[in-house]
Amino acid sequence: MTKKSSSETVATTGDVHSDDMDFNARGQWAMVVHRFLHNGQAMTGLIAFFLMLVVSGIYTALHPNQYAALSIAFNQGPSAAHIFGTNSIGIDMLAQILKGVLQDVQVAVLVAAISVVVGTFIGALAGYYGGKIDNVLMRFVDLVLVIPVLVVLIMLSQIVAQKANNWFYLAIIIGALSWTYIARLVRAEFLSLRERDFIEASRALGASDWRIISRHMIPNAIGPIIVNATITVAGAIVLEATLSYLGLGIQPPAVSLGLLIEQGQNSATTEYWLFVYPAAFLLALIVSVFFIGDGLRAALDPRKNRVRA
Amino acid sequence: MVEPLLDIEDLDVRFSTSEGVTRAIRGVSLTLNPREVLGIVGESGSGKSVTALAVMGLLAKNAKVTGSIKLGDRELLGLKDRQMSSIRGLSIAMIFQDPLTSLNPVYSVGWQVEEAIGAHQDLNREERRAEAIRLLEIVGIPRASDRIDDYPHEFSGGMRQRVVIAIAMANNPQIILADEPTTALDVTVQAQVLEALKVALDESHASLVLITHDLGVVAGLASRVVVMYAGRIVEVGTADAVFYSPAMPYTHGLLGSIPRVDDDGGARLRQIPGSPPSMIGTRPGCPFSPRCPLRQDICLTEEPELRSVASSAGSESHQAACHFASDVVSMPIASMFPNSSDDQEGLPE
Repeated sequence: MTKKSSSETVATTGDVHSDDMDFNARGQWAMVVHRFLHNGQAMTGLIAFFLMLVVSGIYTALHPNQYAALSIAFNQGPSAAHIFGTNSIGIDMLAQILKGVLQDVQVAVLVAAISVVVGTFIGALAGYYGGKIDNVLMRFVDLVLVIPVLVVLIMLSQIVAQKANNWFYLAIIIGALSWTYIARLVRAEFLSLRERDFIEASRALGASDWRIISRHMIPNAIGPIIVNATITVAGAIVLEATLSYLGLGIQPPAVSLGLLIEQGQNSATTEYWLFVYPAAFLLALIVSVFFIGDGLRAALDPRKNRVRA
Repeated sequence: MVEPLLDIEDLDVRFSTSEGVTRAIRGVSLTLNPREVLGIVGESGSGKSVTALAVMGLLAKNAKVTGSIKLGDRELLGLKDRQMSSIRGLSIAMIFQDPLTSLNPVYSVGWQVEEAIGAHQDLNREERRAEAIRLLEIVGIPRASDRIDDYPHEFSGGMRQRVVIAIAMANNPQIILADEPTTALDVTVQAQVLEALKVALDESHASLVLITHDLGVVAGLASRVVVMYAGRIVEVGTADAVFYSPAMPYTHGLLGSIPRVDDDGGARLRQIPGSPPSMIGTRPGCPFSPRCPLRQDICLTEEPELRSVASSAGSESHQAACHFASDVVSMPIASMFPNSSDDQEGLPE
């Protein structure tokens, strides 16, 4: 008797929300994508970011050496031939800026990748195991946290500046010093996740530590990790620009937006295009990445993740 | 005599805390026979869940466990975590209290059932999926093949608990430990979930340890009942013996505190005054004595052993830890406790 009535009740409940279900009630990722696509600011950021990236990529691919090509058109203002003008040795500013955008994104993405991998690994171990492991790892994080990036780079600049692909070493140094934030974040997420029943339940199923961390805990912490990865991208662009401005970052003949700003600042009042355009691109790059990050944060907000709790 | 499936001998669990050593379990011995449903009842903090977690080897690191837990011939205490992992889920599965939180929100229910299957069985994807659908059908998920890719948040609480049951029986365990499986659910849904649990037991031929503070749930399912208080077993016997001729005042109190259909209307429920003792430190005497209306001097100095109740209507398997068990067993149920409207003075907290 109980059984029959139970299956009837169940069948009706099932009917109500499966046939007429739209994708709002679908999986978590569908909802996240849906919310992101309907966020005007986030989409503006995403489109602006990819526009800059694609234009830079295509231009640089078509004119690979343009950013370093000298001409006799010294200090030309914006014109049809050079829409962002030229600098004092006749190099086209557009080519330099687009090359700089690529360079900045390259550095920033590598920094973010290093931060996410190292930070997630360290944070996961500390948060999952707790106790002594947590203590040792978090003291190490504190240690890294108090190392001033500028001092390290000033110390290493002699070595790094002379390397051929110095953006790569620069990214590794910045990345090695900026994973701590993600590590602390992942640790905090794990501390609360490991008390959740479904973690206990999968342990009761015989899952190994590694499986619980990789298959159950990291997917549940992925939202904050992604959001902070984008913030790390923006932060790395700023830091790279700062270092290049100080002459400790990207070295000529390579270009970056920070380097262009440094070269253009003295003539900001006379040849404004040398300063204003690189600065505008740097600003646009950072703001668009922040918009993307903010949109991701809103889309991944766990309070909105469930249609019904 | 049947060889018991699970044999717990003199189990002792202590937690070292900043306030001292908590003795959560004190000398618990119990057996579980094949295809038996054993109910463990008691109020919060009586050690029911700790017993289950000790069997699973899932206690916190600061727990000190002594005694013996045998699964068949195999001693589980002292096994390494890796060795326990091969037992968890395969030989002993566990159902947790809250189906809302015991499923991972980022995976579909099918993924989670398949993961349970894949943890101990070597099947390919199609076989795992087919098996998952079969399990979900057994526990009464309608149109399981359509709903297998749905996420936990698209299921109701009762449906989720069915999924949890399906996960527990995924590897045909010998024992299922159900820790308050219906506590988080509506009363109407409870019956359905218990029904699903019964079907699951028939299907997998598992024994069930049903941990609950709901005597009604135990009465419907269990053949044998263990009553725990303050980390000890205070009464054990067949469900009939424990429910119809309880031999421990605490059991009387528990039975008196639930509404009965055959009660004359309007009578207030009887309650046990006070609250369970702190488990930190030790004090002499029966742990229930501060709340016991039959308290005598001996109760304050000497802790009663678990002894067979001689005059019990049940059988010699009926045991109780009370100096006056043979008197208590013949008393009408719960009459020793005051109605909640009565004055409760004189009973210390």
